[in-house]
Amino acid sequence: MSSGTAAPSQATSTSSISVTVDGSRYTDTVESRTLLVHYLRETIGKVGTVIGCDTSNCGSCTVLLGTADDPGHSVKSCSVLAVQADGANVTTVEGLAGPDGSLHAVQRAFHELHGLQCGFCTPGMIISAVDLLRDNPDPTDDEIRDGLSGNLCRCTGYQNIVRAVRAAGAELRAQVTEVRR
Amino acid sequence: MIPVAFDYLRASSVDEAVAALAGAGEDAKILAGGQSLLPVLRLRLSAPSLLVDLGGVPELRGVREEGDSLVIGAMTTHDEVSTSPLVRQFAPLLATMAATIGDRQVRHRGTLGGSLSHADPAADMPAAAAAVEARYVLAGPNGRRVVPASDFAVDLFTTALGDDEVLVEVQVPKLEGWGSHYEKFHRMVQAWAIVGVAAMVRRDDGAIASARVTLTNMGPTALRATALEQALAGCAADRAAIEQACAVAAEGTSPRDDLTASAEYRRHLVQVLAGRAVAAAAGV
Ligand SMILES: Cc1cc2nc3c(=O)[nH]c(=O)nc-3n(C[C@H](O)[C@H](O)[C@H](O)COP(=O)(O)OP(=O)(O)OC[C@H]3O[C@@H](n4cnc5c(N)ncnc54)[C@H](O)[C@@H]3O)c2cc1C
Ligand code: FES
Ligand code: FES
Repeated sequence: MSSGTAAPSQATSTSSISVTVDGSRYTDTVESRTLLVHYLRETIGKVGTVIGCDTSNCGSCTVLLGTADDPGHSVKSCSVLAVQADGANVTTVEGLAGPDGSLHAVQRAFHELHGLQCGFCTPGMIISAVDLLRDNPDPTDDEIRDGLSGNLCRCTGYQNIVRAVRAAGAELRAQVTEVRR
Repeated sequence: MIPVAFDYLRASSVDEAVAALAGAGEDAKILAGGQSLLPVLRLRLSAPSLLVDLGGVPELRGVREEGDSLVIGAMTTHDEVSTSPLVRQFAPLLATMAATIGDRQVRHRGTLGGSLSHADPAADMPAAAAAVEARYVLAGPNGRRVVPASDFAVDLFTTALGDDEVLVEVQVPKLEGWGSHYEKFHRMVQAWAIVGVAAMVRRDDGAIASARVTLTNMGPTALRATALEQALAGCAADRAAIEQACAVAAEGTSPRDDLTASAEYRRHLVQVLAGRAVAAAAGV
């Protein structure tokens, strides 16, 4: 083979990755098999993101996976390898509040409208709601239920979660109108 | 759980991925969206020695027009397929069916190529690809070859892909003037189809000129309901005539008995769902 072409990548059992999580950049060596959720919780201490199942069903590990210019979309961080997030921007529930600690509209609505009981599903639920409202700022109740179908809640019966997402949508729309004025 | 240790390679081109597979033998696996593979690895139902990630190969992602066809890259996500203006215009059935998969998170990661290569009998996209008569482009050490949808799925979780081949893209003939619809029967959200029926219908005034019907989870692979397609050709485009024709919908199928449904129930269900899908596709 001729020399001078780019060297082929090497298969490795560990890799050095660089990920921006909630605005801060981290560089670490991880095993190839490390799941993104384990990296977030155990390597960099972002324990706000939780693990609720072994089957990719519950959605409690949901984070946004994007780039520097685009917050990206909701994914189940138990079903992404940490190495696949190399170079990416990740937003967890810990990165939603403002720099002064003021809650994101979706967090505030879950708090005020009792969109949680035990709270285990809440980090994933909130991230999924943020993602949904970005694609569909004014969803119907059916669209909210459908949009959150990747997140299971064993406590609330979903009723107050749907109310909270509806209320957060209204507030986010009002904020946009405010900014346009 | 944590998967068994493996080596990881982020390929930067199709050639590099093929070379890595060829060098590693049958212990190597492609990693696409990971939405089927990672759950399997987490449960330790499989322990490949090498994963070759296609996530860094730009040419595999996206939808483009090429003459009379749409070409959809294997790494195009379910979300991208369901929202692509080109797919919605020329192959709306693919967009409709991709939108029924799992949930938003799964659709943001899972890919068309991954779904077709995995060949789960309950997966939706194999029936979609069969209905639009897609052609599969496979790359291997000896170059590329094209396989028609009818020859790609071989058996349960088994396709025409060799151990050292990568599904690169699917070519979908552009179709206009066809109505289409998917009836997916499932009882819970995120749930796979107990049975699914995809229908495409071209009408000639009051009659059905021709119809294509494909079935999800009625056998080891997605199936084409050939007997029903024949019964529908020339059939009056009204509900009663369509329902009557759909009595043959289960012909040639071999559904499973499993926890969600008996084979007998599936054979009944497929007739009912076919009636609804064909009627909707015919606009009645
Ligand atoms: C909670 C949940 C619900 C789901 N619900 C549904 C549903 O309702 N309907 C449905 O159809 N699917 C469903 N899925 C599966 C989903 O559609 C997956 O995205 C799909 O089955 C696999 O695609 P992937 O890109 O994630 O592939 P991966 O998981 O990365 O790979 C799957 C297999 O295909 C091989 N492979 C992948 N790409 C290629 C390629 N280009 N060439 C050669 N081999 C390749 C891999 O080696 C592997 O063996 C669900 C998944 C989850 C987790
Ligand atoms: S932990 Fe349950 S889906 Fe990720
Ligand atoms: S609040 Fe307990 S699981 Fe949702």
